[in-house]
Amino acid sequence: MTALLLDLPLALGLFGAGAATLLARSLFGAVLGFISTGLIATLVWVRLEAPDVALTEAVIGAAATSVIILYVASRIGNRATPPAPPPIAQRVLAGILSALLAVLLAHALFSLPEPAPSLAAPVLDNIAPTGLGNPVTAVLMAHRAIDTLLESAVLVFAVFAIWSMAPERRWGRAPGPAFMAEAHGPLAFLAKVLPPIGIVIGVYIAWVGADAPGGKFQGGAVLAAMWVLPWIAGLVAPPSISDMRLRLAIAAGPLVFLMVGLMGFAVAEGFLAYPPGYAKTLILLIETAMTLSVAAAMACMIAGPPERRARP
Amino acid sequence: MAEVLTGAAALIILSALVGLVRVLRGPTRADRLLAAQLLSTAGIGALLLLAAAGAPELIDVALVLALVGAFASVAFVMASRVIDRR
Amino acid sequence: MSMLISLFSAACVLAGVFFFIAGTLGLLRFGDTLSRVHALTKADNLGLGLIALGLLPLVDGIADALKLVVIWALVFLGGTTAAQLVALAVRREQDPPP
Repeated sequence: MTALLLDLPLALGLFGAGAATLLARSLFGAVLGFISTGLIATLVWVRLEAPDVALTEAVIGAAATSVIILYVASRIGNRATPPAPPPIAQRVLAGILSALLAVLLAHALFSLPEPAPSLAAPVLDNIAPTGLGNPVTAVLMAHRAIDTLLESAVLVFAVFAIWSMAPERRWGRAPGPAFMAEAHGPLAFLAKVLPPIGIVIGVYIAWVGADAPGGKFQGGAVLAAMWVLPWIAGLVAPPSISDMRLRLAIAAGPLVFLMVGLMGFAVAEGFLAYPPGYAKTLILLIETAMTLSVAAAMACMIAGPPERRARP
Repeated sequence: MAEVLTGAAALIILSALVGLVRVLRGPTRADRLLAAQLLSTAGIGALLLLAAAGAPELIDVALVLALVGAFASVAFVMASRVIDRR
Repeated sequence: MSMLISLFSAACVLAGVFFFIAGTLGLLRFGDTLSRVHALTKADNLGLGLIALGLLPLVDGIADALKLVVIWALVFLGGTTAAQLVALAVRREQDPPP
């Protein structure tokens, strides 16, 4: 009974917030609707007993994405001209196609066999050789490592895409615009107090991923937020995008992942196979490098393309 | 006890969802932001209650949400702090 | 003894819920933005603090208890800073500097 009391408002709230995002008349209302949708989704994932996904939604949805769209929306807010609404025929067509997709999805969902096909049991049976305690991490790093490798490369390409939007004359400068510095404001206070605590928590979240909900993406994103905060407060300047150390930090994760994967040909059964007994060590090595890369790449994504002028 | 805690979590979430009306009504940008902030804090409270009701791993989700909770407000003032000289 | 602890926890949690609802009411009913900032951040921090206090005797292990305290401290820090930032932005919007 109490469970229903919890789930029903969440389900309705998710629908409501989604609808509000789509129907909002102001850009800012839509952005806040989207952020609320992400927060409700975090709680929905919790209720679906997927704490790993909830953690990702909390840190990517509620922090990183929110910061980016809220910042961009308020920066272009006054300049943006709202696009003309599409013709009525196009809107009706889009509505019909969406409704069709919804019906198909509902049909697929309701025609699932009972019990639904699941690979959960084989995963749990084969978790011992990986030395991990969290089955989600075992799937990501051992059973489906190829998917995770490709995902990790996506981050590097995303940074490429963002940096390539820099105007020619700004190339080689630090990512993002220059921010006003204010020695005693609330923002400077937060930027001084929060990162020491946040770095510990970020490393902790990345570390417990082996045995509990958490991991490289969630921990790395927390670290990115802590790195960006002093940039926004104008306390420190980020490194230049030509700085080899920054570039290496962004590429380290996929590079280490790829090297360990290739090593599998020599010492194990093939690409991305771990030699028996060393699985956990190698997985932790990859996770460490990936945490660094996620932190550096996401920090660069939040800051955006270089806009600074040379130091006066 | 678990029933009481789950019920309390449900009440907090319900009240925060009702508060989301401010996202729609505004009128200022700050009002819309506040409603999302309320949802974030309420979510942390609900997570703590559910963690105590028998899912201790949720404390970490609450911890992360508490850490990044202020970032929406930081993003809110971020654009006004850009030094825009081109 | 455990009966007493349960009573204490339930009382704290219910008081916390009360303050959350009060915060929502403030957000919906108060007349201007600055009062709403005020109502929300105060009531929420108090509500979460009471809930954390009530749950402290229920968690097992010092690590989880420490996390509860850290969470409350983080929300306190984040909430108060956010209130300052938003209030400053509201004031700038209302009477822009010359």
